[in-house]
Amino acid sequence: MATLAGAQTSTYAGATVWRVILEWLTTVDHKKIGIMYLWTAGAFGLVGMAFSLVMRTELAETGTIISAETYNSIFTMHGSVMIFLFLLPIGAAFMNYSMPLQIGALDMAFPRINALSFWIFLFGGVLLTLSFAAEGGTASAGWTAYPPVTLDTGNNAEPPGAGMDMWLVGVILLGQASIFGSVNFLVTIFKMRAPGMTMWRLPLFTWTTLVTGLLILLSTPVLAAALVLGFIDRNGAGGAFFDPAAGGQPLLWQNLFWFYSHPAVYIMILPAMGIVSDVFGVFTRRPVFGYRSMVLALIAIGLLGFIVWAHHMFTTGGVFLPFFMGATFLIAVPTGVKMFNWITTMWRGSNIFPTAMLFSVGFLMLFLIGGITGVFHAAVPVDFALHDTYFVVGHFHYTMSIAATFGFLAGCYYWFPKMFGKFMNEGLGKIHFWLVFIGVNLIFFTQLLLGLDGMPRRINDYVDNPGWELMNMLTTIGAFVSAAGMMVFLYNVFYSLKWGERAGSDPWEGTTLEWATTSPPPAHNFDSLPEIRSERPLFDLRFGERLQDDPHYHVNNGHNGSGGSHSGAPSASAREEG
Amino acid sequence: MAAGAIPHKRVHPVRSFLVGDEPMTTGLWGIIFFIFSEIMFFAGLIAAMLALHSDTLLWEPTNGAHRVEGDHVLPILFTVLLVSTSIPMQFAAFAIRKGNRKAMLINMAIVLVVGTAFIINQYFEWSHAGFGISDGPYAATFYTLTGFHGAHVIGGLVFIFAQWLRGLLGHFDAKRNTAIEAATLYWHFVGFVWLLVIFPLVFFLS
Repeated sequence: MATLAGAQTSTYAGATVWRVILEWLTTVDHKKIGIMYLWTAGAFGLVGMAFSLVMRTELAETGTIISAETYNSIFTMHGSVMIFLFLLPIGAAFMNYSMPLQIGALDMAFPRINALSFWIFLFGGVLLTLSFAAEGGTASAGWTAYPPVTLDTGNNAEPPGAGMDMWLVGVILLGQASIFGSVNFLVTIFKMRAPGMTMWRLPLFTWTTLVTGLLILLSTPVLAAALVLGFIDRNGAGGAFFDPAAGGQPLLWQNLFWFYSHPAVYIMILPAMGIVSDVFGVFTRRPVFGYRSMVLALIAIGLLGFIVWAHHMFTTGGVFLPFFMGATFLIAVPTGVKMFNWITTMWRGSNIFPTAMLFSVGFLMLFLIGGITGVFHAAVPVDFALHDTYFVVGHFHYTMSIAATFGFLAGCYYWFPKMFGKFMNEGLGKIHFWLVFIGVNLIFFTQLLLGLDGMPRRINDYVDNPGWELMNMLTTIGAFVSAAGMMVFLYNVFYSLKWGERAGSDPWEGTTLEWATTSPPPAHNFDSLPEIRSERPLFDLRFGERLQDDPHYHVNNGHNGSGGSHSGAPSASAREEG
Repeated sequence: MAAGAIPHKRVHPVRSFLVGDEPMTTGLWGIIFFIFSEIMFFAGLIAAMLALHSDTLLWEPTNGAHRVEGDHVLPILFTVLLVSTSIPMQFAAFAIRKGNRKAMLINMAIVLVVGTAFIINQYFEWSHAGFGISDGPYAATFYTLTGFHGAHVIGGLVFIFAQWLRGLLGHFDAKRNTAIEAATLYWHFVGFVWLLVIFPLVFFLS
């Protein structure tokens, strides 16, 4: 922490440790809040990974090491921690850090609410983790918390205790932090853009922040409603909402829960997609292919994300299958557009492969497998066969967990020089990439096969049907290989903070505005901004004059007309000269 | 200056009514997005109410009680009162847009008094209801929805009261009035949601 603080607050040279700590505790600077999100989410991610190792050790062979109750509690906390305390906040970390820099803003629109979001998130996370100390242990109904398992109905062998209430309240707090954060992101993008930064010139990561913000804003409150009803159901209403014996409906919870939790997978994957798009735009040395189709595909994914939630409930018999099947198939179209654009960006690009780019390409591969298995599930008959098997586990880990994590790791390698003024070590980075890439494929491709073999999820022991034990052992080996990779990453972070090679303000020859300021940026972000004439202002700064002489060069002029005084200037001059 | 040289200022009638002709401040953008999230929260609760009602075997309070014995006079009266306080609240916003702080304070005081009366009436409604929160889906829905709405009314009243005190201290003028506009929008939201909450509960689904 001292190194990190030292890198950020050079004005505090000679300040005592306490003043530095106080500075970080009271900061409203979006960069510091982003870095705090990054550290906190990273720490929770390691906790979640430790849970997964416990599960894989248990499942490596037949026979039990830990009890079924402990196993339930571990997989519940693995899911909850990874989703609510790692994937969602690490997206928020990059959105906090990079988005204001990318649009040339001084800070977020509401810096103090931004700090409030972070602290609410932290306390929600602590509450969730502290439930290990609660009587009866943590919540153990899975991260989906389906009633009536969550309720004390009298039929449950071991009704959940205070841990379940802590889970509900913790997630409400985390949701509140998300909502405040999303209001902040949206207002920042709509109101704080630098002159010339029109909507059609926003970097793709900022566009994903915008769409993600809208998804959070409109879906998280519905989860809050579900959680509130669940809490009241457990504490007073006696199951009137969700317990069929008392007149409630378990399906109601599933509808409300998935109305949030399906958009939530896009909340997790979209920022990663944005990072990957930006990384491709830099390391292929080409503009991202089809900028506008990227944005439109993003918006389409966001809209469709709201009408497919019931595909998680096909087997309940309580949903209208044809509609949700069709809508789910439709999502493959904009996703395919994005996939096509990324690949076409690399096609005939002058590609270089630093670790950030490796992780982005890895993202494409993992997301392809995850996306295609997703289309399997969209087909109702296939879903009926594969529901609640390890095929589902493999599918959603490939997409929203591992692909998203690869995107965020690419973001770590890509923006680390901006955040701390030092490169991450490339050699260690490559070891990290290959260990994790081989490891996760070993885990999750085997899980897909296990699912096709019919192995159900959420069990702590299994009979050794032909091949199950072998494949489970392979999965466990994969888990430890990727954990070793993450240890290399962790070492790399601290190694690079201390001994990393110094990076200038623009180490990657970036194209977006965050590379126009020093590394790390000053508290006010920019001393001066370059003119913004396209979605790649730094590229224009570097090559603009040369290219303006080229009659074939066309400046993306922005079409929503709010570009300020010089929005029309470049193309006009290009016309005159051409 | 010749009249023709002044650029014509385009005014959007709805936007102008709700948030004035001045440029939208970040604060106003913020409260509008926040209200959207609140709308989705109540949408979740109201969807739960409709789903429970449409598909449950025991909707009525299980102890056989009904919400009100006799007439609906008090709920109707206070519904009308709460929703109509949107009018003085909007007048307060209109007043401060013209720089008239005194009219703003008077109008906000009306809102505060009526809003507090509404909350007190809610207390009596709750204490005279013939059922508890554990008496089946209708009862649980009734307390949850009116309770969360009441919490939002209290939140809105605290918001307005804080701005009222600031007004007493001499804050706000024709240019700087984002907090008043924000409080007004929020109060409209609170009143509108009450219609969606109370009508199904009292008239259609009970």
